[in-house]
Amino acid sequence: MTSLPAPPLPDIDKAAGPDLTVVPKRHPVRWLTAAVLLLIGAATLRSVFTNPRFGWDVVNTYLRDISIARGLAVTLELTAVCMLLGVVLGVVLAVMRLSVNPVVRSAAFLYVSFFRGTPVLVQLLFWYNLAALYPTLSFGIPGLSLDANRMITPLVAAILGLGLNEAAYMSEIVRAGILSVEQGQAEAAGALGLTRAQTMRRVILPQAMRVIIPPTGNETIGMLKTTALVSVLAVPDLLYSAQILYSRNFQTIPLLIVASIWYMVVTSILTIGQFYVERRFARGNRTLPPTPLQRLRQMFSTHAPIATGRQP
Amino acid sequence: MTVDGAAADLVPMVRAEKVRKHFGRLEVLKGVDLEVQRGEVVCLIGPSGSGKSTFLRCINHLETVDGGRMWVDGQVMGYEQRGNKLHELGDKEICRRRTQIGMVFQHFNLFPHMTVLENLVEAPRRALKESKDAATERALGLLDQVGLGDKAQAYPRHLSGGQQQRVAIARALCMRPKLMLFDEPTSALDPELVGDVLTVMRDLAASGMTMVVVTHEMGFAREVADRVAFFDAGQVVEVGPAQQVVTAPQHARTKAFLAAVR
Repeated sequence: MTSLPAPPLPDIDKAAGPDLTVVPKRHPVRWLTAAVLLLIGAATLRSVFTNPRFGWDVVNTYLRDISIARGLAVTLELTAVCMLLGVVLGVVLAVMRLSVNPVVRSAAFLYVSFFRGTPVLVQLLFWYNLAALYPTLSFGIPGLSLDANRMITPLVAAILGLGLNEAAYMSEIVRAGILSVEQGQAEAAGALGLTRAQTMRRVILPQAMRVIIPPTGNETIGMLKTTALVSVLAVPDLLYSAQILYSRNFQTIPLLIVASIWYMVVTSILTIGQFYVERRFARGNRTLPPTPLQRLRQMFSTHAPIATGRQP
Repeated sequence: MTVDGAAADLVPMVRAEKVRKHFGRLEVLKGVDLEVQRGEVVCLIGPSGSGKSTFLRCINHLETVDGGRMWVDGQVMGYEQRGNKLHELGDKEICRRRTQIGMVFQHFNLFPHMTVLENLVEAPRRALKESKDAATERALGLLDQVGLGDKAQAYPRHLSGGQQQRVAIARALCMRPKLMLFDEPTSALDPELVGDVLTVMRDLAASGMTMVVVTHEMGFAREVADRVAFFDAGQVVEVGPAQQVVTAPQHARTKAFLAAVR
């Protein structure tokens, strides 16, 4: 900008007078696009509720069916167990990837490339058919001989397949978290006489959590949906339970809707949970966005103070 | 084990013997000899890349020494001499020795997820296994001493650079070190905040602490240091009484450097 003197404001006032109305710019295109979208939405809704093939009465009946509830429980259980396995093994793999020992580093690298490089569905089928590869399992221990067919039940195959695959992804997330912490932090801790293990536990990992938590939430939601794959192993999860029902009564679409509704309910709950967990781990690091409740309060109170990110 | 009794006073706090260090093909330290006596303040000056910071980091084994020996308090730092071989020490033993050497960094490196007080008591509690009460009491005393008694519960990011650096000094002192290392402690500070940090360091020097300071503050070097060592291209070019090196340098390289920074 050049340093011209400001235009003489008082002159304008004199010429125009004090009582001019301000006319905001009109936005006809915005109104038009909104109207088109609303129209499409209304048409879709109308079709959904008038097409009898959606079978909403059937959906309503099966939404609270006991076998669907059991299937949902299996899905939740599987999600929790596989994520736990994934996180624990993922941290171990991440630390291995950052090791100074090249053999340890390469082992972790190979693990990650194998499990990320093959489809999880293929991995599930592999675990399920492990008995064809190793009829008996001895784990190299002399005298031990376990029947692979009895050991690897469909549920065990599902947990191994999903959990070990998840570990590969989690290890990358944890590794990124660890690398996001400045080198100076480890140096300062070392210079103070903290051992490497203490430095990792007390200084690096707590700071890495801020980076690790959000994608881990995504992984959990992803895992919930990926568990639907185990229906190919005949594990009675949410989807498979719905499939069993519609193979008997041929209400395919309504039962798929039932399953979808439950998947959406759980992912919504997880999304809300993720929001609050993230807030907790961001404390002391940045100003937090307001929670929906805080936003609502702000909307209804005039001259509300700027959100501080803390509940009053 | 440290040498005790009258003999301890005779052993210099730091003795570098032909210390060599290279990063890849680049030789950063080309056989540095330097001694720091007990209670002495030595400033290391010189152009960037001259090896002065690397030398400082070799003292507490943040960098390994590739050749020669670094003695701290009568022991070879980071290694154990058995016969005519130096065996690198394990993590635990190195950490034990580091507890006696405080270090202050250019970028403070405070732990951002801990309050100021937690920053101070972390190492005394974990590395020295002190009780929470004892560590807290000493920490609060040190915060008063650096003029930040009211900031114990603050998080580092709420403090100015000068305040953060004073917390970092207090954090190092909380370990009751025998030796303090400063790596350009005022280089990352706004000019008006430098004074507070230098005052704290001046007080520390006056209390008899042995200090090795890498700095570009020639005024501080001249007034506070007992001796100044001028580094250039991985070697100590000139070392002598602070007043003499800063105001009447002998070596041509020192003269050129000092003329440039004035």
